[in-house]
Amino acid sequence: MTDIAETRTTPLAAGRAADRIRKRYAAERRFRLYGLVAVCVSIAFLALMLLSIVSKGYTAFQQTMVYVDVHLDESVIDPKGSRNADDLARANYGALIRKTVAGLFPEVSGRRDKRKVRKLLSPGATYDVRAMVMDDPSLIGKRISLWVPASDDFDQLLKGNIRRDVPESDRRVSDKELAWIDSLMEKGLVEKQFNTRFFTAGASQEPELAGILGAAVGSFLTLLVTFLVSFPLGIMTATYLEEFAPKNRWTDLIEVNINNLAAVPSIVFGLLGLAVFLNFFGLPRSAPLVGGLVLALMTLPTIIITSRAALKAVPPSIREAAFGMGASRLQVVVHHVVPLAMPGILTGSIIGMAQALGETAPLLMIGMVAFVADIPTGFFDPATALPVQVYLWADSAERAFVERTSAAIMVLLAFLFIMNLFAVYLRKRFERRW
Amino acid sequence: MAAVEQTIVETQPAPVPKITARSVDMYYGEKQALFDVDLDVAERHVTALIGPSGCGKSTFLRCINRMNDVIDGARVEGTIMLDGENIYDKALDVVQLRARVGMVFQKPNPFPKSIYDNIAYGPRIHGLTDTKDELDHIVATSLEKAGLWNEVRDRLQEPGTGLSGGQQQRLCIARAIAVSPEVILMDEPCSALDPIATAKIEELIDELKENYTIVIVTHSMQQAARVSQFTAFFHLGKLVEYGATENIFTNPTDERTQGYITGRFG
Repeated sequence: MTDIAETRTTPLAAGRAADRIRKRYAAERRFRLYGLVAVCVSIAFLALMLLSIVSKGYTAFQQTMVYVDVHLDESVIDPKGSRNADDLARANYGALIRKTVAGLFPEVSGRRDKRKVRKLLSPGATYDVRAMVMDDPSLIGKRISLWVPASDDFDQLLKGNIRRDVPESDRRVSDKELAWIDSLMEKGLVEKQFNTRFFTAGASQEPELAGILGAAVGSFLTLLVTFLVSFPLGIMTATYLEEFAPKNRWTDLIEVNINNLAAVPSIVFGLLGLAVFLNFFGLPRSAPLVGGLVLALMTLPTIIITSRAALKAVPPSIREAAFGMGASRLQVVVHHVVPLAMPGILTGSIIGMAQALGETAPLLMIGMVAFVADIPTGFFDPATALPVQVYLWADSAERAFVERTSAAIMVLLAFLFIMNLFAVYLRKRFERRW
Repeated sequence: MAAVEQTIVETQPAPVPKITARSVDMYYGEKQALFDVDLDVAERHVTALIGPSGCGKSTFLRCINRMNDVIDGARVEGTIMLDGENIYDKALDVVQLRARVGMVFQKPNPFPKSIYDNIAYGPRIHGLTDTKDELDHIVATSLEKAGLWNEVRDRLQEPGTGLSGGQQQRLCIARAIAVSPEVILMDEPCSALDPIATAKIEELIDELKENYTIVIVTHSMQQAARVSQFTAFFHLGKLVEYGATENIFTNPTDERTQGYITGRFG
């Protein structure tokens, strides 16, 4: 008893009590410091990754272009003068470019040198001229001036990725080619322009002609299938299991299995898709439909688990209120529980979709890794997806694909960022207080 | 089982019973929560259920509109008659029952919707109205009856969750009234409210008993004494004593009742 009386009479901050308080504050400060350090380290890693990608990839958004005069010689393009679209498409535009280049470098002689000097321009030059003629046949016979893409080596030289100061034997661009390039630049015919082709073209073997659009469209179509399959299935499953199903051994078993499915490596889903969708159902290879179905299988457990958590988080008082008003179970669920759980369900679904967007392994198994030059137009067309495109480009030998790989990663990250932003917006939009 | 000590002291002509419970046993899984409860609830009067925590008073209240149906493993034996109809009859639709027996909960639980939609929800799901005008009328009269109309008439489209605690509880009462129930069950409606809001609700209960049969569970014996005409005292799942409120409080026959109301336990 005397002890208690003593502590009561001592001032608040004195002796052992003061020591304890100091220790407690010190512990709290330490804990905060650890947290801060952890945050800083993770931000540093993220910044490092972004920095490396952006510093490698930003040059891909520019492309070296060469300004050329092309004489659209009627005797080459349309000797019969029929202006028939088939004839125009088949004409030898390469010969026109050859003539143009010969005009730029009259001093170059010899077959090998002539071919080399032509190689300074991308084969895309030929396609661009053809596209112009096909668009407007009245140009035939006239001289036109246009910017055409330079070859990838030319482009990389200008961007500094191929260095001039190394010996010729170690350089992809010979001294002769360097001289030609310098003469072009002196004439002011070379310019770095915004690389629109990167955003409008499909895959190509020529780095300067390769674009991301095919893969982006492939990803979009695939994700659309994924969403349409997994979102309704996921919500219905979660709602049924959470609100209607009796709690017994069977539903426990189902729950355990769903949790296990969420942890299955994605390549296994790819193998499943290969066995079921391709071999058993005979769906086409490399199609966004199959990719979407496989990714839907993979996303489904995520959506179910997050939706169930969101449904569980709806306060029981709201259910009671609705039941007390005489609402049926379906009405309680449809009018109150699901709308209140919607922000959580949507966030979970979008996180699942973002995961699916970044998934490569299962798509490899069902053939979406093929080289597809055309931009897919439907769910059954062969297609690739963004992460697969990154994988393919990272695997390519040309120096110019390095920057394009990083650029493709940036596009992929931008899509992910937009999706996450959308998730945040939806959560704010649907959030209600109770 | 030993006969439950129970005395009904007649002080006035016995009012018509609205609800008649006979030998009600209630189980949560293996655990029995109510033992052989017999109780008559008088029409257009306030009946208070009192007793210490866990005595079964809320459980009994929830038996009256079958709110326990939702709980897994809950089971009721015996009969509860509403106007001579067994509410545990298989043929009876629980949705219809809950339209006739409304409920107000311990914690105000308005839907996270507008004030208007809160009141209109019941009439909408039960299809009570055909036109917008009728619905507007129901919303207005329900809010008036709940004494909330003057406070919220200008902001019917604002969220019900934005009101104060006492206002939210009156909103919940208005919501229950909107479907014109015959019985209103109140489960400690004032336990989350301050004394002024409590006084308003009690006043409201007094007015409502003109038209509705009210059963109220309360922890406050003063409240039971103030608002109710009949009081039932529950202890350990059994109905110990039931009678006119003034008799229960002034002249309890059972010593457990006496112990509880004088504050010796509970």
